[in-house]
Amino acid sequence: MKRIFKYLSKYKIESVLAPLFKMLEATFELLVPLVIKKLIDVGIVQGDRMYILSMCGLLVLFCAIGYISAVTAQYFSAKAAVGVAEDLRHDLYAKVQKFTYRDLDRIGVSNIITRLIGDVGQVQTGINMTLRLLLRSPFIVFGAMIMAFTIDVKCALVFAVAIPLLLAVVFTIMLVTIPLFVKVQENLERILRVIRQNLTGVRVIRAFGIEQKESAAFDRENDAHFRLSRFVSRISVLLSPLTYLIINIAIVVLIYTGAIRMEYGLLTQGALIALYDYMSQILIELIKFANFVILLTKSAASAARIDEFFALGEPLARTSAPDIETDAHLIFDRVSFGYTAGTKVLSDISFSAKRGQTIGVIGGTGSGKTSLVNLIPRFYDADVGGIYLDGKNVRTLDAVSLRHRIGVVPQKAELFSGSIRENLAFGNPDATEEEMLAAVHTAQGDDILCEKEGLDTYLAEGGKNLSGGQRQRLTIARALVADPEILILDDSASALDYATDARLRAAIAERKDPPTTLIVSQRTAAVMHADLILVLDRGCLVGKGKHDDLMKSCEVYREIYESQFKEADAE
Amino acid sequence: MKKNHTIRKVLAYIRPYLVQILITLLLSLGVVAGTLYTPILIGRAIDLCVAGQIHMDAIARPLLAAAVLILGTSLLQWLLGILNANITYAVVRKMRRDAMCKIHRLPLSYLDAHRVGDTVNRVISDVDTFSDGLLLGFTQFFTGVGTILGTLVFMIVLNKWIALLVFALTPLSLFVAKFIAEHTHDMFLEQSRIKAEQTALINETVTAQKVIIAFSQGKQSLEKFDGVNRRLSKCAVRALFYSSLTNPSTRVVNNLVYLGVALVGGYFCIGAAPLMSVGTLAVFLRYANQYTKPFNEISGVITELQNALACAERIFELLDADEIAELPTATDIDRVDGSIVFDCVSFSYTREKKLIKDFNFSAAAGQRIAIVGPTGCGKTTLINLLMRFYDVNSGEIRLDGRPTTEILRPALRKNFGMVLQDTWLREGTIRDNITMGKPNATDEEVIAAAKAAHAHHFITTLPDGYDTYIDESGGALSAGQKQLLCISRIMLCLPPMLILDEATSSIDTRTELKIQNAFATLTKGKTSFIVAHRLSTVRTADCILVMRDGNIVEHGTHEELLAQNGFYASLWNAQFSI
Repeated sequence: MKRIFKYLSKYKIESVLAPLFKMLEATFELLVPLVIKKLIDVGIVQGDRMYILSMCGLLVLFCAIGYISAVTAQYFSAKAAVGVAEDLRHDLYAKVQKFTYRDLDRIGVSNIITRLIGDVGQVQTGINMTLRLLLRSPFIVFGAMIMAFTIDVKCALVFAVAIPLLLAVVFTIMLVTIPLFVKVQENLERILRVIRQNLTGVRVIRAFGIEQKESAAFDRENDAHFRLSRFVSRISVLLSPLTYLIINIAIVVLIYTGAIRMEYGLLTQGALIALYDYMSQILIELIKFANFVILLTKSAASAARIDEFFALGEPLARTSAPDIETDAHLIFDRVSFGYTAGTKVLSDISFSAKRGQTIGVIGGTGSGKTSLVNLIPRFYDADVGGIYLDGKNVRTLDAVSLRHRIGVVPQKAELFSGSIRENLAFGNPDATEEEMLAAVHTAQGDDILCEKEGLDTYLAEGGKNLSGGQRQRLTIARALVADPEILILDDSASALDYATDARLRAAIAERKDPPTTLIVSQRTAAVMHADLILVLDRGCLVGKGKHDDLMKSCEVYREIYESQFKEADAE
Repeated sequence: MKKNHTIRKVLAYIRPYLVQILITLLLSLGVVAGTLYTPILIGRAIDLCVAGQIHMDAIARPLLAAAVLILGTSLLQWLLGILNANITYAVVRKMRRDAMCKIHRLPLSYLDAHRVGDTVNRVISDVDTFSDGLLLGFTQFFTGVGTILGTLVFMIVLNKWIALLVFALTPLSLFVAKFIAEHTHDMFLEQSRIKAEQTALINETVTAQKVIIAFSQGKQSLEKFDGVNRRLSKCAVRALFYSSLTNPSTRVVNNLVYLGVALVGGYFCIGAAPLMSVGTLAVFLRYANQYTKPFNEISGVITELQNALACAERIFELLDADEIAELPTATDIDRVDGSIVFDCVSFSYTREKKLIKDFNFSAAAGQRIAIVGPTGCGKTTLINLLMRFYDVNSGEIRLDGRPTTEILRPALRKNFGMVLQDTWLREGTIRDNITMGKPNATDEEVIAAAKAAHAHHFITTLPDGYDTYIDESGGALSAGQKQLLCISRIMLCLPPMLILDEATSSIDTRTELKIQNAFATLTKGKTSFIVAHRLSTVRTADCILVMRDGNIVEHGTHEELLAQNGFYASLWNAQFSI
């Protein structure tokens, strides 16, 4: 909430003027019964037609001023609300840009998207309505009471009893129902999940013949939702009859009290009608306010979620660590790593590579291959041990400049909407046409440019208008455009056939100043020609060497090789 | 025409609640009458308050009547609310339950043709909109119309001239609301267009945020975002402002009506023998203040009703869709040997595109049949036919010599163990997921099955072991681990026939080999169909079906197919062309 006020302070003028004009409008609404009182007590009683006309003229004036005030208020509140929403979205998006891989893992994509779109929208509505109603409604309710006091203190006492009673009823019902409505919503979301689950798993459900069981599970959720909704509505439907009852009984009491006062000549008929008017105004305003409070609780929840979001994320720190004297390009020195405290994905990994060498990383599912290469560009930081680039510990380097030296081709080939040229510029914004074409050529992607419209080919969202293999080759080109000193291919050739894969590896080796290349794969064919092969098994380095040596010395490597190349003895 | 059709369906659907609905209508009539008559009683009391000649007894009489009426009205209001809620939620529950049952009876062709989100929407938000709009909207509409007509009648009785004046001015309010709505329409369209653009951008960039980090593109990404963000904000201010004019503007019209009543009423009240009493003026002012409210509500309710009808149409489209039907002669079967014959089978998903034509093939019990072909060649079509997710257009598939159409679908499917490439996990514990096909399995059986699928090791490393709760997406499980869980299910049921659709695609080759050995033991002497993209895993099959563009182009053993030197041979050679 505090944060929202900070954002609103940028729209100080708007957020002061909007409620101010709204109150101006309300003031004129509060004056109307007084005019009617005059109209009756003076105009009608004295039979003065001109007076009645002039009073009506006054009403026209009030109406006009009220309208202008309302429109002005509406404009300022819209401007402030939309402005805050824009700033919030900008800051949230900027916050996302500061997240590390670890942050993204923890927070999740859908959470980020909900904050950016749903919650910001809710806050915008909340601010808009707050500026318009937060002061106006209480102003009218209590204003009506004060006006009543100016007319007649005795009669106004009816207001003094009715208003607290109404407030008590409205807020008790709301306090009870709001948390229940949240529960109803959660219930509904459970039902939604069950339906979606039944649809996505329809083949499996039918294969196992468990339709009845699934329907029964659904019925349980559905019945629970039914019972709770009905229960909540039994409470919430009390609101309208109870407020109606209180206000109207108050009116009856008011008229009776008024009559007694009139008997003593302390009150006029016009004054009585004015009091009657004020009492009616209260009800309308109170109902509006109740709806506003419901909306406000939703917005406040969104604001709280946004607040929490800003507190998320731990930026990478640069620490000082001693350099080491070496001629190796890349060194892993007793590195251990885990995604959460207490778990180990990699333990005690050590190896070194010379500039321009090719390193194969092979192992089964979940053996830690991707985790290992992700430590080099500091997507994650190692928990124990050090990773050295030209003898410098990567933790002492600035993440941005470090990543400029490393070309990464991730497992999942993700491109962005825009031209191929724009996508390639990711790697190097200053790349020339020739450099881009050369990179595409190395990545075996010439045919993509031929088939489509060259570098200016427009890619749809996520590059969906390309095949998986085409996307993968373009992500390789994107990494090559930067002319990196280290190239990481994280299972990036999985959608390529063996021949293209082999040509790709040859083309990379043929480049001028070939990068030190790390090839992550499950296929021995992709790594068997590497200068150094690292064999991972459940996070441990169980083999390190060339293909021929490993075939002799490393059982895990031999097994992987045989499962792919020898007759599978499945019988 | 279509609208009437839907209305008829809706009426048929809510027939069980017809009596209750009629009661709500009566109740709302009572509420309207009570609400409108109270001001008249109050007005009468005010008229009796003439300075100097006040009789408290006389005044008390209409006030007492008013109090009773108020009490009665609020009681009716309360009953109306409860009854409305009862009907609404009962209809909602019935609709959702019917929809769920329906989903299980719909052919796969329907479900495949409709996106999941679309069907979910029908069952969740469409049902809600329908019930809110049609049931509550209907009473609201009825109350609104009742209030307007009632007010008119009361006003005419009280004073026809003022009634006429009010009547003449009211369309103004509708006109103003419509005018604003029409002029803001384009702005809203523009706003939702930019909003959609921004949502698409957010979706794309946030999903691929790791790539943006890898290439340090945060600044550029933010700039691009800000461009859209600024445009949205500019448009949103206008849309929000102009749309928020509706309320003050209709209020102005309302005030005009009020003003007219005050002016004309004031004149009528003048004189020794006035045409109207001050109390009546008070009643008129009260009416005038609330008179335009139902008009605004009704125009809102009408859109709501139209929405509700549209939703009803979508719901009934689901509820009335054709269901799968079994042949009357179809029966149960016990365990089978597993010989499968495709006899002159033709099949296509759409009439325009023929996929499988006159396909003949037979698999003896216990054979391993591999299905291969490039991605997107329609390998899953065969599974759809075997499991009778779809039925053949012509010809027949026979299991143990019996046409599969003569076997009840659940009985047929019980004999197949199926593992699909798209793993599906149910929200629940790991154990719930494994015991899907055998709910009463003992712990020992479950662990044995998990061990056979090589899933036991990773399950024990989870926080709560077999009781770890997972959601539909599988949470922290890797793709490979999810496949292992799905395989464990089959290991527990031990069905006589197997269908494996790239069941091990996310599992590393070493584990895959071990699992295949387990499968082999499991299906000893049973028929199995295996879809795989790794040619090395299918070369030992008894028969290989080679698919291309949806059709089966070749079949035979590995050696036979290589000797044919056809499509299979070219696939095989491509793999080892290094």
